[in-house]
Formats: sequence, structure tokens, C-alpha cells
Amino acid sequence: MRRTTLNTLSPGDRGTVEQVQSKTSSIKQRLLEMGLTRGTPVELIRFAPMGDPIEISVRGYRLSLRKVEAESVVVVQDQGK
Amino acid sequence: MISAETETGIRRIAIIGNPNAGKTTIFNALTGMRQKVGNYPGVTVEKKEGRITFDDGDEAVLLDLPGTYSLTAHSPDEKVATDILLGRIDHTPLPELTICVVDASNLERNLYLISQIIDNRTPIIIALNMIDVAENDGVSIDIAKLSEALDVAVIPTVGSKGRGIAELKAALCGPVRPSRRARQWTLPEIVQEECEELKGMLQRMHNLSEPLAFHEAIVLLTSAGALEDHRDRFAPELLEHVRKDHAKIESMGIDRNSIVVESRYEWIKRVCAQAVVNSHRGVDTTSDRIDRVLTHKFWGFVIFVALMAVMFQAIFSWANVPMQLIGEGIGWTGQQIVRLMPPGDLRNLIVDGALSGVGAVVTFLPQILFLFLFIGLLEDTGYMARAAFIMDRVMSRVGLHGKSFIPMLSSFACAIPGIMATRTIESRKDRLVTMLVSPLVSCSARLPVYALLIAAFIPQRRVLGIFTLPGITLVAMYLLGLSAALAMAWLFKKTLLRSETPSFIMELPPYKMPSVKAVAIHMWERSVLFLKKAGTIILGVSIVLWFLATYPKAESTSASERLDLSFAGRAGHLIEPLIRPLGFDWKIGIGLIGSVLQREVFVSTLGTIYNIRDARQDNGVVSLQEHLRQDVNPVTGAPVFTTLTAVCLMVYYVLAMQCMSTVAVMRRETNGWKWPLFQIAYMTVLAYSVTFIVYRVGLMMMGA
Repeated sequence: MRRTTLNTLSPGDRGTVEQVQSKTSSIKQRLLEMGLTRGTPVELIRFAPMGDPIEISVRGYRLSLRKVEAESVVVVQDQGK
Repeated sequence: MISAETETGIRRIAIIGNPNAGKTTIFNALTGMRQKVGNYPGVTVEKKEGRITFDDGDEAVLLDLPGTYSLTAHSPDEKVATDILLGRIDHTPLPELTICVVDASNLERNLYLISQIIDNRTPIIIALNMIDVAENDGVSIDIAKLSEALDVAVIPTVGSKGRGIAELKAALCGPVRPSRRARQWTLPEIVQEECEELKGMLQRMHNLSEPLAFHEAIVLLTSAGALEDHRDRFAPELLEHVRKDHAKIESMGIDRNSIVVESRYEWIKRVCAQAVVNSHRGVDTTSDRIDRVLTHKFWGFVIFVALMAVMFQAIFSWANVPMQLIGEGIGWTGQQIVRLMPPGDLRNLIVDGALSGVGAVVTFLPQILFLFLFIGLLEDTGYMARAAFIMDRVMSRVGLHGKSFIPMLSSFACAIPGIMATRTIESRKDRLVTMLVSPLVSCSARLPVYALLIAAFIPQRRVLGIFTLPGITLVAMYLLGLSAALAMAWLFKKTLLRSETPSFIMELPPYKMPSVKAVAIHMWERSVLFLKKAGTIILGVSIVLWFLATYPKAESTSASERLDLSFAGRAGHLIEPLIRPLGFDWKIGIGLIGSVLQREVFVSTLGTIYNIRDARQDNGVVSLQEHLRQDVNPVTGAPVFTTLTAVCLMVYYVLAMQCMSTVAVMRRETNGWKWPLFQIAYMTVLAYSVTFIVYRVGLMMMGA
């Protein structure tokens, strides 16, 4: 059990969303509506060629977001990786 | 039963869905080519309507709503979809029936929008699209159970292959009613109570229907920024009440924003648990394997740059064969007219005015077709989203969103669709910045100008084996436009339209085989638009310019002296002092005056001017490139066009605002004259100064 934010994961790392805590409420709303709600499993797939944004897998589809946005997603990282 | 024809007229059906759910393929399959593209009154969102004919001969109007993830959305596109679906606007009546396109391979997130739509208690049908993709991914869905869980007819479809379309049509003819599974998600008691109270207030004070009042109550209580967004729509005392509710809910430690979203997703989980069987999540899909290369740290970037390079090299070399054919065809037609008609002003008007003017532009149709072929393919395969993913770092550096890259890329074809594509950008300031700089990106209308000048003045020399100097010059012009656009965007974001870099939360849809039909429709629409322009505005301008270049008729034997004394010559001379510092003479001045309407007119103007001058010598249509190369200053004997002049002229065309259609679109999109006028001003200043610098530096280098 490691509590961290989405942007700190490495490609291949999995975790579970704990909460979204963005200062900007519209970003928070969009992240939630795109399926990043509490308890949702996520996997970091890759970083873009220039290092930012990132690509994640959530609810069976692929979502890209910038590191600054990923920073507002608190996740509990899975063990065993 | 819903009758096919109501008293108010024809049945209206709306079609809605998440972006990338294949809404357009379903729309195309249902309507065929019977589509009409327009605009919603007052806003700048594209309105697409088509007609469906049913087996019994009845017809219905199908309204294609903009793609949206949610009914609490912020961008203008998403707002239109929401407003129509909720019957919030007067000009578009509430549709009798809504087709919801759901991506079967991405069921959970797609059902989020469905959960909101069901709550509105309007009749809906679900087209469960891309069912083949889901099956390939190892996801199988029990249609009957899904239909039962949602209490809605669910028709499995594969829009791109036309599968399920007949069944969908049949279902549209049958009885359709609202789902009885509305609001099956639960709220904490306190929120529920406040929601009911607010709903009652909205019904009483604003005369809203129950479902609409419920929707507004939820939005006001839980949605981010709802108070500001809807400030003008509701009574102040109601908003005051909402403000107190917010404080009350928050004081109880409830996260106002996430509560409804979480609750809806809980419900979706339950629906999926019933209906989705045998879900093999985590299998390596084809899309994953493609992405491993196309978004690779090194290769992804190499491939992206290579794709762009191939695109421009292709436009310049592959398109040559059909271009020459068209050119020869027009030359032949000109000769036939010269042969058949008696000499005189009318023949000159037809051959030198109309035919050479329009002909010079039509010649470039193959290049435009190629460009839209590429853009259509990139969009339809799903690569466009990867392009935004790869380019976002660059775009965010200048303070923009990766999404701004797509309007800019579209501007390579034409700034008008580019500017219209900015509608997907949520922040007003970012949208404005993108619109302001998009016309700096070289559009297809500049291509004829580049093509003519490059072919005439840039020597055919091979570079690095595979590239040629003309090809590289063309790429350089495109890069100049792109760099200027990025630099100006950075400047505007720092000064005039200062704001935070917008968020980048974007779906990366699975790759798919491009649909020949979709790409063909796209190319067809754009070519017709281009030809209409060539056929109308340019024909008109060509004839006016021919007139200006012919009259008043001077009693001189020398063609160039006659042109010199004509209206056009005088106007060219008039502005010559202004453009002399850029190395341009009065003939280029005439071209520039003509280009104020639109850029490609430059080619036809020069065509008209030079054909007029030499009509006596050649008795027909002659290669414009040859004319430009041979033209000398009658006083000094030096060539009018040097390689440097050609380069300067191209640089000027890269940066100057010479397109009335773009100005008109800017005015419509920004709802006023302020921004289009500002755009003309800054681009003219930019073009003039950069060209001046290039000319001076060029002269110095040639002197050295």
C-alpha cells in the first residue's frame, strides 16, 4: 500500500483511485466524469515522447492527461510490481 | 405509438453520443448523402441534419448533435447538445426521439452520458456501436440483459460496415418510450432533500418541467462552476438559496462535486455486472501494439515528423501529373476558343479574363484533394488524437492545449475549418488565441502561389538524395507559418489574452481502418467548396481585373505600356512606393491588390496580366512561369523577378491576412468586428516587417 499521486507512477504501474483533489473545480469535474472516481483501478501506460502528457488506462479505455492534472489524482499503488 | 407525421410536420430524431463512439458513421449510414450542414442560430456550432427514409416510405429528419461526454459540459459544442436534448432553446424543438450511440468497447464511460439522458425521461433507443471491436477485445455483452437493465431498446450495430442499420431503422418505426429506470442511483439524504426542495423552486419560479427542473437542481447543487455559468438564467433569490445549500452540504464533509458522478458510476457498475459477460480486460489489443510504435519516445516523434514531410512532398510531386493534365486541358480549350471566335474584346475577356483566371486556380484542385485525403485519413484512423498527444508539450509551452494543434493542422488545408475546429476548446481566451494565429499556418490557397513561384525560380537540385530544393523550400514556407503561429500564440498568451495553460484531458480512441466513404465525403465537400470559390468569387475578380487591366485603352503598340496606363497599372503604381522596400514592383502590386480578397487570386491575376501583355506575340495561352522568368524592367533591363523577390513574395504570403472568407468567419465566431480587424492589422504589420528584413538580409548576402 503506497499512497501517491498518478503522475509519480511508472509505465506498467497499477493503482486504485482514492480521490481527485484539483484546485480547479472544472478539471476535477471532467476527471471524475471521465471515470476517475473513488475505487476505480488505473494503470499508467506511457509518457508522451516529450515526457508529458501521460497515457493511462481507466475503465477499459485510454485517457491522456498532463502531469499537472495527474498530480490531482490520489491513488493507492498496487503491490507486487 | 409515435405517428410518422405529427401535426407540426415531419418527425424529428436526434442522435447523440460520446466523441469517438462512431456517431457520424451511424448518421451517414442512416441518411446516406442526404445531409445538410449549417449553423445553429446565435452560436457557431455546426448543425448537421439529414433525412431518413423508412421502408414504408415515411421520412424523418435526423439531427446530428455534437459529441459530448456529459450533460453538464462546458464547451460551446457540448452546450448545444445539452440544450437541445433538454429542450432549453426555442429555435430547435425537443426531438421526439433520441438515438444514443454507445461504444460497446468502452461501455462504462459511455453509459455515464446514458445515465444522464435516461433521467430526462424522454424516449430513447441505444445503438450499441462497434460491437465487433468489443468482441475482438474479448468483451461480450448480453444485449437482452443490457436492454432489460436500462429498460431501453438496444440495437447492436457496426456503423462502418452498415451492420444493424436495418434493425435500427425498424426500431425507430416501432413504439419508443422513456426508460423506467431513471434516477436509480442514490444521493446522501441531505443532498437528496436539498435537491427536491430546489427542484420544487425551479418548477414554481421558472416554470420548468419536472425532469428539466431535476436536472438543473442537480447541476446547481453539485456541478463545478454552475453558479457562475447559470448566473443570468435564474432568479437571484434562488441562486442565494443554492449558495446556502453548498455551504450546508460542504459543512457535513460531503464532496459536492464527486457525489453524483460517483453515484452514477456505481449504478453503471451494477448494470455492467448484469450485462457484460466474459470480459477479458488487459489483453493486448492491436491498438496497443500500434501505439507502442506510434507514440514511442523516439520512433513516435520520428514517424510524426516523417508523416508530415511525406504529406507535403506528396502534395508537391504526386499531384503534378493530374495538375499538368488539367493545365493542358485549359490551354487546349483556350486555343479552341481563339480559333473559333473572331478577335476582339469579348474573345480576350473569355480567354484572358475568365478562362485563364479560373483555370489557373482549378489546376490546383489535385493538390487540395491530396491534402484533404491526408487530413481525412489522419482523423479517421484515430492518429489525430495521437498527434495532439505528441504535440501537447510544444503547445503547452506556448500556453495552449494539444487540441489547438488540430485546428492549426486543419488550417494547413484552410483557416476556415481550422477556426471552426476551435469550438472544441473550452477556454474562451485559448480559443481566441488559436483563432487569431490559425491563419498564419499556410493554407491550401497559398499553395498555388508557392507552387508557381517555386516552380519558376527555385532550381531543381537534389538534396540528400531523396529531397529536392523546391520540396525543401515548400517545407520551409510551411515551417515559417507554423513557427510564426506558435510565436504569436505565445506572445498573445503572455500579453493580450493572459490566462493559465488549459487542461489536457483527452481520450485516445482505438485505431481503426479508415472508412473510404467518410474520407471520400470529406474530400468531396471540401473540393466542392473550393471549386465554388473558384467558380464565383475568383471568376468575378478575374473579370474585374481583366477590365481594370484593359481599360482605359491606350493608343500604344507596346503591351506593357498599355498595361502601365490602365486602371490596374495606375493602382499598382500608386502602391509601388509602399512595397518598393520589399523588392516588389507595380505588377506585383496589382497581384497584391487582387489578393486582398483571397490569396489564390494572385496566380490568376498574374495570369491575366501577363497574358494580356503578350497576347499579340503568342496568340494564345502561354506558360505563366516562363513569362515571370523572362520579364525585365523596361528601364534597367534587370529581371523583375529574382529568386530573392520570389522568396520575399512567398514570405509575405505566408504571413499576411489576405482572405475575406476568413475575416467573415472570424467576425461570426467572435461576434463582432474587433478581433477580425485586430487580426488583419497585426498580420499585415508582421508580414511587412518580416519581408522587409528578409529582403534587406538577402540583398546584403548577395552583395557579399
